[in-house]
Amino acid sequence: MKKYLPSLGFFLLLLFLWETAVRFLGIKEYILPAPTQILQSLGETSALLWEHSIQTISETLLGFILAIGVAIILAMLMGVFPLFKRSLYPLIVVSQTIPIMAVAPLLIIWFGYNLLPKVMVVALVCFFPITVSLVEGLEAVDTDMVKLLLAMGASPWQVFKKVRLPGALPSFFAGLKIAATYSIMGAIIGEWLGASKGLGVFMIRSMNSFLTARVFAAIVVISFLSLAFFALIIVLARVVMPWQQHNS
Amino acid sequence: MLKIINLSKTYQTKAEKKGLFRQTLVLDQISLQVKEGEFVSIVGPSGCGKSTLFNLISGLEKPEQGQILLKGREITGEKGHVSYMLQKDLLLPWRTVLDNCILGMELQGHSRKECRQKAQALLDEFALSAYSRSYPQALSGGMRQRVAFLRTMLANKELLLLDEPFGSLDAYTKSEMHEWLMSVWSKYRATILFITHDIEEALFLSDRIYVLSAQPAQVKISLEVNLPRPRSRKMLVREEFNELKKQLLQALFE
Repeated sequence: MKKYLPSLGFFLLLLFLWETAVRFLGIKEYILPAPTQILQSLGETSALLWEHSIQTISETLLGFILAIGVAIILAMLMGVFPLFKRSLYPLIVVSQTIPIMAVAPLLIIWFGYNLLPKVMVVALVCFFPITVSLVEGLEAVDTDMVKLLLAMGASPWQVFKKVRLPGALPSFFAGLKIAATYSIMGAIIGEWLGASKGLGVFMIRSMNSFLTARVFAAIVVISFLSLAFFALIIVLARVVMPWQQHNS
Repeated sequence: MLKIINLSKTYQTKAEKKGLFRQTLVLDQISLQVKEGEFVSIVGPSGCGKSTLFNLISGLEKPEQGQILLKGREITGEKGHVSYMLQKDLLLPWRTVLDNCILGMELQGHSRKECRQKAQALLDEFALSAYSRSYPQALSGGMRQRVAFLRTMLANKELLLLDEPFGSLDAYTKSEMHEWLMSVWSKYRATILFITHDIEEALFLSDRIYVLSAQPAQVKISLEVNLPRPRSRKMLVREEFNELKKQLLQALFE
């Protein structure tokens, strides 16, 4: 915790400068609210924010789980069939040049305004880092370890279960961490394009009414949720990979 | 126990010019024998193909010529008959010491519980029980090699292949490991084929030593080491020891 003290101090200093600048220059609240005004707004709308957050969190979790499922299936297939990997993997990489913002409206057209398109956006955003890290983790296996098991008479499935899979876990969790930071953003983008509930909707409505402090309040909640999600992945990694604790 | 007859192996290496392949003969008509419960070493200049021999015996590669017999049955090119240990300990970082030890047994389909009991008994016997729940990362190089050896032994194979297992250890730890290995071996009498380029190590440990020539490797001499057991470090300065050492050096560098 101690190592974060300098950055925490610097952050507080920035907030202080922001506060004084807004007050001294007399900037209007709908242009740029002061940190204290944002805090006040957070307090006033906490019940409303909570309700919208629940929606966003469920979209995120569903999309995240969907992405993990698809990533695991594809990565395993690519591990088993090299031709499948050579056909698909370059396409997956190239597909990342398509901005998610451009695809999201299509999802709304196809799947309507309900939960599904948001879950799809989250899954699309998370799918890439998870798949890539898993594929690379499975490939980075120590070939001497594989040889040792084969020499002792192990079957390909035993090699996969006992060496490849556990060996890929650190890389897999690195991918999950990246995906976790993107995931909430994916849900918000989906909500911007059309929804009746969620933090994205709350932001758009606040923006349209020039309630800028509320927009900032939503931003605070979104960053907090992203951070919490990230922390959850780290805790999960420690539980699943107890041998790694010496490193971190 | 192990009988190798006229084993030859060639590698194809790409020559500098495109499309041309050069045939390199690595092993040339190697024949050797290891009896049950015997500790046999193979000594040779580095890069002479000792590790290729290893891959052939473990079944990871196939020879062009020759046979490998284990207990009278041909096993040329078959995997699953031996367990081996390298300079790299190859312990699985995600398994505790205890669970690393049971890897070989587990592959044969024994229940984990049964394997663990057996391994725990062995760890207790060789004063490693304090580490049984630690991950390999927490162990020193010497300790890791001890665990790797116990894993090799617990795999229940007829033959153990050790390929320069102590090559990366410092001289002091290495000599500790030799005495430890002898204490385990004299108790369980595993059949061991040991590869090294350290002559003193080979003499200290072995019943017999084969000297290989530089590439292509041929068996130059086979030397019986008739030194009394149990052996101790004092032996390293005895006359018989030096006499054998002289013979080995001559064979290696003639």
